[in-house]
Amino acid sequence: MTNNKGFSRGWAAAFVMTLLPVAASAERGASGHLDILYWQAPTILNPYLSSGPKDIEPASLVLEPLARYDETGAMVPWLAAEMPTRANGGISEDLTTITWTLRPDLYWSDGTKVTADDVVFTAKYCMTQEGGCQQAGKFSDVTAVEALDALTVRLTFAAPKPFPYGPLVGVETPILQKAQFLPCLGGAAQSCTTQNTAPIGTGPYRVTEFRAGDVVAFAANPHYRDPDKPGFATVTIKGGGDAISAARAVLETGEADYAWNLQVDPSVLDAMADGGMGQIIRSFGTPVERLMINRTDPSPTLGARRSTREGGAHPFLTDPAVLKAMSLAIDRAAVAALGYGAAGKPTCDILPAPAIYASSANDDCLTQDLEQARQILENAGWVDADGDGVREKNGIRLSVLFQTSINPVRQDTQALLKSWWADIGIETELRQIDPSVFFGGDPASPDTFQKFYADIQMFTNFFPGTDPEAYLNNWTCKGIPEPANSWLGFNIPRYCNPTYDALAAELAKTSALEDRAAIARQMNDMLMQAGALIPLVHRGDVSAISNTLLGVKMNSWDSELWNIADWTRAR
Amino acid sequence: MTRVAAPLPAKARRSRFWRRFVAHRGAVAGLVLLSAIVGGVLIGPWLWPLDPAQIDIAARSQPPSLAHPLGTDQLGRDLLAGLMAGGRVSLLVGLVAMGLAVGLGTLVGVLAGVLRRWDAPLMRLTDLFLSLPLLPLLLAAIMLWRDSLRALLGPEIGIFLLIVGAIGLTSWMQTARIVRAEVLTLREREFILAATALGTRPFAMIRRHVLPNILGPILVSATLGVGHAILTESALSFLGLGLPSDVPSWGRMLYDGTNYMTVTPTRAIWPGLAITLTVLGVNYLGDGLRDALDPRWIRPVRR
Repeated sequence: MTNNKGFSRGWAAAFVMTLLPVAASAERGASGHLDILYWQAPTILNPYLSSGPKDIEPASLVLEPLARYDETGAMVPWLAAEMPTRANGGISEDLTTITWTLRPDLYWSDGTKVTADDVVFTAKYCMTQEGGCQQAGKFSDVTAVEALDALTVRLTFAAPKPFPYGPLVGVETPILQKAQFLPCLGGAAQSCTTQNTAPIGTGPYRVTEFRAGDVVAFAANPHYRDPDKPGFATVTIKGGGDAISAARAVLETGEADYAWNLQVDPSVLDAMADGGMGQIIRSFGTPVERLMINRTDPSPTLGARRSTREGGAHPFLTDPAVLKAMSLAIDRAAVAALGYGAAGKPTCDILPAPAIYASSANDDCLTQDLEQARQILENAGWVDADGDGVREKNGIRLSVLFQTSINPVRQDTQALLKSWWADIGIETELRQIDPSVFFGGDPASPDTFQKFYADIQMFTNFFPGTDPEAYLNNWTCKGIPEPANSWLGFNIPRYCNPTYDALAAELAKTSALEDRAAIARQMNDMLMQAGALIPLVHRGDVSAISNTLLGVKMNSWDSELWNIADWTRAR
Repeated sequence: MTRVAAPLPAKARRSRFWRRFVAHRGAVAGLVLLSAIVGGVLIGPWLWPLDPAQIDIAARSQPPSLAHPLGTDQLGRDLLAGLMAGGRVSLLVGLVAMGLAVGLGTLVGVLAGVLRRWDAPLMRLTDLFLSLPLLPLLLAAIMLWRDSLRALLGPEIGIFLLIVGAIGLTSWMQTARIVRAEVLTLREREFILAATALGTRPFAMIRRHVLPNILGPILVSATLGVGHAILTESALSFLGLGLPSDVPSWGRMLYDGTNYMTVTPTRAIWPGLAITLTVLGVNYLGDGLRDALDPRWIRPVRR
């Protein structure tokens, strides 16, 4: 029901957007050159082989999905002519098929026509085994994808699919060109360097130069469907540096027009914004800065079995009393205020938005209570018998190794948590890891967040779009990263509970939105009560734009660059 | 040719050393400066007993005041206490790593200079180390041994030794080259030839004739080494491979402070000043020591 409402809002947005170019009466490329900073540099432009926004968002200039989310979170048709619904027959009555119809005016940037075959191929590309497709979860219960005619594609699901807009919708699953990617099926996917770094797309831009980990240059796509767009003739996305220097380049020196993901001390950021060169834009989506608790033993003595389920359970981080006390000792409001300012709200849920999914069952953690935290530990038998300020029980000391990526805000948060935990008798050792290593996903490195060779780690995760099903599926048993699956998977705490898995299966079968929301809240509460994750701050996305840049609509549900075709320079 | 360093009683040698050292005004200034810094970081925490890790959110980013003479950082931690705690770590890292680097470099350089057979292999080893890309090597070493050292010696000592060892083992090559060159020029000098003719054994030769004559270059590279070690440690901390963020060091405080240059500029100035003054003090001290220990010393002409 609300989905339909979303569509009508989406239609309204699309309608306004079609009016915009007329009002602006711009012509293609009239605004010249655009400089964008992504301080985590893109290393690949194929979203199917990348899990990070640093690659996926730059790729969204070139590759486009059938439909995407606008800045309000509503779905809008993009390459599709309209949104398939049950009302217009696009979704079958039994909810097992969805039929997409492409816009008739679509051309690839090499001038060839976009057909339904490309869509079918894209699904096949991701569903082929050995391809290492990072988005395979979105296609998990797709049984058939077939072209009905040159512009129509039908996806069939194994079971009734109440929310069939997973595959080929949103920034993570855009349409690839069959002619270009045909040699890259299956095991060849990773070795197709040309295709992966310069994909041919339907978007407003095409790649002219790609230097991995450094810079990507784009030029306007001559075959883009709207003859008046994009506004900028060329775009450079520059990587490297850090969040503070990126913010400075836009807000203080004006060297760049747009800087992404500015996790910077708010007092510093606000002081920069006073310079008058640019402004800070914020929007709230689903990102939550959270602690992940390792439920398996990360002790180095276990060798290859460390931080895996074969290595055994964690000696004390599976004790609910310890986890409850650690959570209670945190003053989330202080963390949010110090580290994020206006772009942070304290939260006790891993699923804080959209509002219908937000649970209120865990809100007692919003108030810090050191006394109660101490009492809980005391009652559970954790006492400081030897007077060294650290509690112990049966010879096990409450001493944790807490790691995160290098970022001044995260280091401040680490220092705060360490001091609070010291107050309740838990010793904390801090470790910082270079973000390119920590988030790099290299299976050979011991310092990736998937390997998790520590007791606790902290970072932000989120889900694109508004449906949390795939996000909640992260914490099912099969999502646990381990050597057997090359450490892929997002169940970082190694949480495994058959009841949770059963709820996930039920969610996949439930269609009514209210019922889905109830199950999602229940899953969120299970994770919170088990203490597998300790959420800290519901983070807004923070970016900086130059005062001369027009048309930017900050979007937390899709790529921040989703409407770059509409961006122009003020004169 | 008689030996300049004629056998003197130990007491006389000490007083001669002191006379020469005091004659060098820069050296005395360096010694005073360095003693003040070392004394400050060692005794300071007794006089200013605030915990550098104590967070006080109500007093964040404050300018200097009576309660916090150097102000506070973004979490309200006292900067003076932090500077003293950081100084202990930085000075210790600097001195130990420098000692390791200079000791190793002198050993390799002297052996290569004195023992002809070892010259080529040792110098090729030095070239090998010089051509190794330093940072990737450090990254690999730290990644490989961090966990085992941590398990063996505990987190703080383990990581400290690893950092110091990594810096020391990768910065001895300059010293080795300089020392070898000095030894090679010395080897042709008459007093060495005379000592050889008298039947002095190689080890005694090194101890009595070679080392005193090359002390100058060794001390110069040692003084440069202290600054280098302090800065390398901060570079490693910057890459997340140094000491953890809750162990303050001057390098880390400087790095943290640069982000707040516009809000509280003194945060970067104080640790930067401390590093500069320390390196300056060590340099002057080294200058004076070199003069005082030089066997060929001639009393400076008074102008």
